[in-house]
Amino acid sequence: MQTYDLEANGLRGLNETLHAQSETTNQTAWEVVNPKGSHAIAVGLDAPIEVTVKGSTGYYCAGMNQQATIRVEGSAGPGVAENMMSGTVIIDGDASQYAGATGHGGLLVIKGNASSRCGISMKGIDIVVHGNIGHMSAFMAQAGNLVVCGDAGDALGDSLYEARLFVRGSVKSLGADCIEKEMRPEHFEILKDLLDRADADAKPEEFKRYGSARQLYNFDVDNAAAY
Amino acid sequence: MCGIVGLFLKDKALEPQLGALLTDMLITMTDRGPDSAGIAIYSDFSEGTGKLTIQSDDPESDFPGLDSQLSEALNAEVSIRVIDTHAVVETAHEKTAQARSVLTALRPGLRVMSAGESIEIFKEVGLPKNVADRFEVTKMSGSHGIGHTRMATESAVTTEGAHPFSTGPDQCLVHNGSLSNHNSLRRKLVREGVQIESLNDTEVGAAYLTWKMQNGASLGEALTSSLEDLDGFFTFVVGTKDGFGVVRDPIACKPAVMAETDQYVAFGSEYRALVNLPGIEDAKVWEPEPATVYFWNH
Repeated sequence: MQTYDLEANGLRGLNETLHAQSETTNQTAWEVVNPKGSHAIAVGLDAPIEVTVKGSTGYYCAGMNQQATIRVEGSAGPGVAENMMSGTVIIDGDASQYAGATGHGGLLVIKGNASSRCGISMKGIDIVVHGNIGHMSAFMAQAGNLVVCGDAGDALGDSLYEARLFVRGSVKSLGADCIEKEMRPEHFEILKDLLDRADADAKPEEFKRYGSARQLYNFDVDNAAAY
Repeated sequence: MCGIVGLFLKDKALEPQLGALLTDMLITMTDRGPDSAGIAIYSDFSEGTGKLTIQSDDPESDFPGLDSQLSEALNAEVSIRVIDTHAVVETAHEKTAQARSVLTALRPGLRVMSAGESIEIFKEVGLPKNVADRFEVTKMSGSHGIGHTRMATESAVTTEGAHPFSTGPDQCLVHNGSLSNHNSLRRKLVREGVQIESLNDTEVGAAYLTWKMQNGASLGEALTSSLEDLDGFFTFVVGTKDGFGVVRDPIACKPAVMAETDQYVAFGSEYRALVNLPGIEDAKVWEPEPATVYFWNH
């Protein structure tokens, strides 16, 4: 286990050190102490290493992640795991707005609640939130799965493309062109796998699925009010 | 972008440290707002005494002799405590309105930053650390306080454009965001007789809340109606003589984090601002919900 004191040694040194790890590094386990809400912790990693952040983080933690497993033992500020490509990011506490935004791949697990705009414009990432999510989540979401074990806020899935949204609790309101859809066998399988991987105590049968009604893909004057 | 910090103490034992704790929080928010900074402190007050915080661009010529001239004009006891470009004037509470007009007549360049029984406001252009040093904020004590670091968007980088804004007795407001209907609302409030000093959008927000409260609303009610009447982005933190409130607009893109322990309620634009507070490791930390009014009272 390698330990990095962020307060003593600075952010740039941390990210340079983590970027220097190759696919075959022997230093596979890292611990970051004294994060104190700093921005851009463990950003742009591209190696199969495990990084544990011992406390809460500020903006853009674990952004652009590839391959790495990053765990935050606290809460995360805005934009956690933004544009993640692969790997796993686990937040033990809450996540602020636009968690997992534009993510292309990998798994983001939020054990607490996520606030507004969770999974906005997601492009293939899987996001599992153990708690609730805020308004405008999965806005313009294109691909991937957003799983919410609690409730969803206003305007869920507004202007949605082909991402799948699974919500166990209530949905305050659906956004434009987002509708409830049937749960087919393949959806139970996807959901079961994600819940297992995210260590979430929930059953696939308890969820409803939401997706795009595909009415806004092409301009139609009858839909002018919905754009 | 701007930075907001706020600290509302439940535990009286922390009151001597209020200024030091707020200063640390304020300096942490420097990169959210490096052009100006300000602080509102609610400190001890004695029944029957009123306070005015005044500011001068030329303190060397404005402040000397002001106490005796003011005392003579008011026919009342007056004390003045000068702190850099600001001074806190204390006199009998019923004389404060008169003191305000006499002061501006005696020294036309003076600006009144705040009026009330408890509130004192100190704000200037410059890095938050420099502003806090000039006013020796670390030495201040009090029951609650609000600070702001400014990155200007809607009006010029000047002392009167800095936050907090106070438009009513013991009231103050700080703001992160921008209001888009402030010009029309300013015209409406001026027609209603509300005094607004600057072209700043936040001052209009503060004046709106004051106007609502003058017409019988509680602070909580005024904040709730602001969600209807103010257009734009805002996270507001407000102070009154014995209270502290927070509200965010329904879109809530301006960040906010709160923490509560048995000793205090704290607000920060980011969690970074809260990390050195006592007992933060075990505090309840959460992000305030959009379009929801939070309020604490002593």
